[in-house]
This record gives sequence, structure tokens and C-alpha cells, in this order.
Amino acid sequence: MARTIKLRIWRGNAKDGGLQDVTVDANEGEVVLDVIHRVQATQMNDLAVRWNCKAGKCGSCSMEINGKPRLACMTQMANFEEDETITITPLRAFPVIKDLVTDVSFNYKKAMEIPAFEPPADLKPGEPRMEQIDVERSQEFRKCIECFLCQDTCHVIRDHEENKKSFAGPRFFIRIAELDMHPLDMLRNRKQKAQEEHGLGMCNITKCCTEVCPEHIRITDNAIIPMKERVVDVKYDPARWLGSKIRKRDGIL
Amino acid sequence: MATGVFSSGRAKIKERTLRTDRWWLQPAFTVFVLLSFIVYATIRAFENAHYFAAPLISPFYSPCLTPNCVAGSSLLGQPIGVVHLFGIMVSPSLFILIFPLGFRLTCYYYRKAYYRSFWMSPPACAVAEPHSKYTGETRAPLIMQNAHRWFFYAGLVFNVILTIDAILAFRNADNKWGHMSVGTLVLLANATFLWLYSASCHTCRHTIGGRLRNFSKHPVRYKLWTYVSILNHKHQNFAWVSLFGVALADLYVRQVSSGSITNFYFF
Repeated sequence: MARTIKLRIWRGNAKDGGLQDVTVDANEGEVVLDVIHRVQATQMNDLAVRWNCKAGKCGSCSMEINGKPRLACMTQMANFEEDETITITPLRAFPVIKDLVTDVSFNYKKAMEIPAFEPPADLKPGEPRMEQIDVERSQEFRKCIECFLCQDTCHVIRDHEENKKSFAGPRFFIRIAELDMHPLDMLRNRKQKAQEEHGLGMCNITKCCTEVCPEHIRITDNAIIPMKERVVDVKYDPARWLGSKIRKRDGIL
Repeated sequence: MATGVFSSGRAKIKERTLRTDRWWLQPAFTVFVLLSFIVYATIRAFENAHYFAAPLISPFYSPCLTPNCVAGSSLLGQPIGVVHLFGIMVSPSLFILIFPLGFRLTCYYYRKAYYRSFWMSPPACAVAEPHSKYTGETRAPLIMQNAHRWFFYAGLVFNVILTIDAILAFRNADNKWGHMSVGTLVLLANATFLWLYSASCHTCRHTIGGRLRNFSKHPVRYKLWTYVSILNHKHQNFAWVSLFGVALADLYVRQVSSGSITNFYFF
């Protein structure tokens, strides 16, 4: 059964904009993206919204719904009260292009700064053999759909534009962790780079990235904190450092 | 110059957050509970009395290491002399509390709790923080958070001592074995909670096996890592339960020691 709902949708561009009130019908079982499409079809034909799969797998429809970073296609209208006004804005950590569409190219630049997987030089295609227990930690991180909600909610860049130069963000910390935990990755200084070049030390583990992840990746517990511990191994633990020198190991076990 | 969510180029929205839920409740509750504990622990640490009622000893004073400790309360002897500061004798509690305090202060869970609730960095997710600059844990004093593992190791020593205290509580007031009281259960519960808190710690998880790349080459450590990972899911719960546990254990011993209540013996 359809019900009438009240929305406040942010409309504008990088120079100016504001919240506009709109009333629209919502049918049973619909999600926020359905309702936005109805607004677009009936009342705001030029409303800009990025979307693609409507199944929570492409990461396109990231926006902020009642102030929380969420995927519009995975936010059910049934979650809201009958008389509630739902506020929809673009991601607030990135520059806005138009209406609900933001410029997330910051993330692509950061992705290019992460050193790629470096397999053993003598390893030929088809040769690698790995056991499941060696890859399953990294597999959790491969679930990432790059919606950048974690990047959006991370206060290190959300609240401090100047930190964007030196901070890669949680999405790329899971990428670094994935590679550092890979048994066949030969790049030896990934931990040092994480701390010195990608800003791992700026994270104060307040877990907002984990809270907003639509894939339920335990970003903080399984990637960031393990990486912080690995950094301690090579930078802040004299006993580990001495042990690695005596036993001629570089921390890769 | 405007920064953060008010930076040039970002969507122009005047509110610091548009969240409609009661996001402030959790940090406010955390402040209340942690402040209550800090006040109670400070009073008890400086009280220097009512911490021993044979065979029970308060976890705030164990091990009691100074000559001014109550007779019978020094499990490991009294290697530290009596120290006076500004003419006041330093409580034996102050010599040991720095270690469990350091363990909790640098704990990954408590860091989240106090960064959010006390320092408001950020107060809640997608709620703009009030600070104009942020450097995280990259410089002093917060770079010292990287010393968490040393406090973890020290915490393990204290866990062993407090477990021995719980075992010694299977005696009566005349130090005869084979007895059990409410105090025994209190100290046992306290030691159990502390072990769970330590075993679920992220540093423990890393040390046990998290630092490995090839789990298949270390099957025993991998198995242990999976067990610690299960506990690690509940680290936040163990952090709170063990905090309450240590305060309640101390309160119980204090009440028994001061004569306010009698330690009931089951046998």
C-alpha cells in the first residue's frame, strides 16, 4: 500500500545549493533509491543521482540519508516512521558536482599510490598454489564494492580537508592489509609505507568505517589494527627489531 | 577559513550533522561510566586502607609491594621502600596501578571510546568534530599508543597474580585450605574477566598468529589465532565487564575489610 512521504533533497552545485522539500508516494517494499527515481520522474526531472545495479553491489548510489552515509538502494523505506521527513544529501567529504553526485576522484588518485602486488620474480603464470587458510583473510577485503562510504565517514578527511594529501583512508588500508597478508607478496616495506606515506598513524580507530560498510567488512578489527600492529613490529618494537636482525628475518613469516 | 564539511566545493549545508538519531547518547554514557570509574579508582588508590581481609585482597592493591602494606597482604614480598611525596606516604596501589591503567589507556577499544566521548574526535560517525587540526597518532604524546603490547605483557603478569589471589581465597581467615566464600567467587570472576579481556586483545591476536603470512606453515598458531579471533569479536564487552569486575571486586573487599559486611563462607 502506498504512503505519502516527505523528503528534503539537497540540490545545487559546487558554488551554491540547499535542501528542497518534496512530497512523494512510496510503495511497500521500496528503497530510498526507488523514491528518488519517482521524484526524478515526476517532479525534478533534472535531479542528478548516480546509480547502477540497485542491488548493493556496484557502490554507485552512495549518499547521506538522515545524515548517515548509506547506499540508497539498500536503505528500505520501511525503516522510517510514517511522519518522518527524510533528508537526503550528497556525500559531505567530497566536492559536489551536481545535486546528489560527488567527485570521488580523490579515491582513484589514492588507489594509484598503493604499490601493486609483487609476486616472486621466478614465479610463472599458473604456478602459484595457495591453501585456503592463507587467502581467506584477504578474501574478506575483496568484498569491497568501492562505494567509498568508509572514506566519506572517516573524520580524518571528512573534517580536515588538508589531510587528504597525506591520508589514504580506510578503503586503501584494507587494500594495503590485503597485500601485506598475501603469502606471495614480496614487497618488503609495505608496512613502513603504510605508516609514512599513506597515513596509517592518523587513524584513531574510532570504527566509523566499519559501522557504515555495506559489505560488513570488519575494516578496523581485521585490517587497520592488524596493520598498526605490523607497523609496531617494524618501527616501534625494539625487541622485534633485534630479533629480526639476529634471526635474519624481515618480519615475513 | 572553512574546513571539513564546510570546505569550499563541498555541498553547502550549514548543519554540522543531519543525523536525527540520539547520536550523543553513547558518548555521554561512556563519559559518565568512565568518569565514575576514574573517580572511584582514584579515591581507592589514595585511601590506602581496607584493601585486605584475609584471605581476600583487593585487585587495586595486589601485589602489595611496600613495607607499609597490611600484614599478610604482600604475596611477592616488599621490595619497594616507603616513598613519601610532599610529606605524604605514597599508597602502595600507585606503584602497580600504572600497568593495568596503561593497558586500558592504550587498548584499541578504549581508544575508540575516549577519542569519541572525551576528545570528540569525532563525537559520533558523520558528526563534525570541533577541532581545527588533527594529526592522529603520528606524534607525541599519542604516538605512545604504539606501546600497547608492553602494557599487554605487563597485564598478563597481573592476571597471573590476581589468579593466584583467587586461588588463595580458597582458604579461610586462618589460612586453612578447603574453604570457599562469596569473596572467592568475586575474585575468581574478576580474574576470569581479566583473562578474557587480555585474551581478546588485538595485540594478543597479532602476537598469537596475526603477524603471520602463511597460516598453513603454522597450523597450531593458526588454530590459536582463530580462537582468539572469536574472543576478539567480543573485546568491547570484555573491556567493560572486566572494568566493572575489578571495581566491584575492590568494593567487595573494601566492605569486608571495613567490617560493613561479613564474607559468607559456603564451606
